Amino acid sequence: MTMPAPIRALRRPTGAIAAGWLLAVIFAALFAPLLTPYAYDVQNLPQAYQPASSAHWLGTDEFGRDLLTRLIYGARTSLSVSATAIAISVACGMTLGAAAAWFGGWLDRVVTMVVDMTWSFPEILIALILVAIIGPGTTGTMIAISVAYLAQFTRLTRAQIMTLKGETFVEAARSLGATNGHILFRHLLPNALAPVLVSAMLATGDAIILEATLGFFGLGAQPPTPSWGGMMSAGSALVFKAPWIIIFPGLAVAITVIAINLYGDALIAALDVRAKVRRTA
Amino acid sequence: MTALLELSEVNVAIGTTALLDRISLRVDKGQILGLVGESGSGKSLTATAAMGLLPLIGGRVTAGTVRFDGQDLAAMTDRQRRALRGRRIGFVSQNPMTALDPVQRIGEQVDVVSRLHLGLSRQAARTRTLDLLTQLRIPEAAAVAESWPHQLSGGMKQRIVIAMALAGDPDLIIADEPTTALDVTVQAQIIQILGALVRDRGLALLLITHDMGVVAQVCDRVTVLYAGRVAEEGPVGPIFAAPAHPYTAALIGCIPQEGMEKGALKGIPGTVPSALAFPSGCRFGPRCARADAACQQVPQLRSRGQGLVACHHAEDGA
Repeated sequence: MTMPAPIRALRRPTGAIAAGWLLAVIFAALFAPLLTPYAYDVQNLPQAYQPASSAHWLGTDEFGRDLLTRLIYGARTSLSVSATAIAISVACGMTLGAAAAWFGGWLDRVVTMVVDMTWSFPEILIALILVAIIGPGTTGTMIAISVAYLAQFTRLTRAQIMTLKGETFVEAARSLGATNGHILFRHLLPNALAPVLVSAMLATGDAIILEATLGFFGLGAQPPTPSWGGMMSAGSALVFKAPWIIIFPGLAVAITVIAINLYGDALIAALDVRAKVRRTA
Repeated sequence: MTALLELSEVNVAIGTTALLDRISLRVDKGQILGLVGESGSGKSLTATAAMGLLPLIGGRVTAGTVRFDGQDLAAMTDRQRRALRGRRIGFVSQNPMTALDPVQRIGEQVDVVSRLHLGLSRQAARTRTLDLLTQLRIPEAAAVAESWPHQLSGGMKQRIVIAMALAGDPDLIIADEPTTALDVTVQAQIIQILGALVRDRGLALLLITHDMGVVAQVCDRVTVLYAGRVAEEGPVGPIFAAPAHPYTAALIGCIPQEGMEKGALKGIPGTVPSALAFPSGCRFGPRCARADAACQQVPQLRSRGQGLVACHHAEDGA
């Protein structure tokens, strides 16, 4: 028996190391209150600007809050916002793309036109405009990120379904009396899923950066709720006084995004859908 | 007696291009009809018309009727036609390599047909699937049902496709070149299986092929198509003994025989004309050794022995 692809991806050393880091971050985010004796929002001004020590492993920030604690709670915000945004984006994108490919006609023309138009703007611009309209905060960031990546998943799903529609097994199912719904949900979408999921995995990395960017501009989670971008923003004024305040959240973003990309690469190799992703993305 | 499947004088067009011209054929219960012709002669299009699936490829019946068990397909609703497919007409497609969904287990793909058409429960459908696989001489049916399409050989996949066609307990099987994509050694097995099904279950089989050897092996009657028209039709025995149409004779000449000299196997010079440029008169004329001035007129089907033939020179060949 062959193992499922996400497990096979661990056979590559880079895949295994990346998965280890991601699991550690997710674990830390889930069990944050159990892992640290400090609260993320209680100020302790006499302890401000402490460098790393045995009491504060990563030091403290300008309000004397433990940096590691805030980093772990920040992971909660950053990961949940990015992952939820991408999940919403994949669900909506697959629905739109599948509908466009399946029904064709004016629906396909409208969807393709809108997708092509948004495709020509950078994601950050779309996200900034949307946050400006919706207003800052986690919900606003989440919606903005999911809309920013919508075009990518719509396009990919549409292209997949278009190709699959002409496959013999679809004709065969039809000649055995299968209904449209059965063909779409049992044959087309499951076959389109693998490349979309790999693309979603990689997009989650981009979404973390986008979330951090919005947070850096003060548009993400509002204080005192920590987010990696927000922490970097606070630390940017103190680069020379207390460099650890900006360095550690920056490292957290960088290492997490690299880990997602490495694991994504290992997953692609395990699934062997690289050709498909390249052709249609 | 009404035929199970009967096409009478059916014309089919895609867009403005006329592709089939007055195609008639009938298949009765317990009978195997071979539908023969080169690529591009309209065999698969005829099958598509018989299943009422022409709209999918942008085609339509412009004249004539397709009847299944006495009912006119054109008079049915989409829903009625869909209920026919799978339930009363099973379809075996040409390429078993691509006819199965790569991300579904074999068993599920067969189960779903009997669940849809016979309303069976999950367990009952699986029991039926395993029965069918065993009848199709698939060893270790239970293990095969749990496997994925890429784990099976071509011959095995074609049996699965046949099992899917049988799962709805149909009266007619349409098999579109079921052996073309298979190894020669497996071809004979598949043809035998199909032949046995007709004998054992009293099914009717419309067997589309370009191989006259296959026709000789299992068919009761044969309809020869050329460039969208019926060239000759009749019982297999007399047609092989004395083909009346030069095209039928040429196709039979393409069967390899035991003890043939090297290079003695004949082909048919030229190719089937494109539907955009059918020759006027007899469409086989340009490739026919016996063509003369008379062949500028379209030959009409006339009876000859127990069959029909459309050739001005049929008598001199007989």
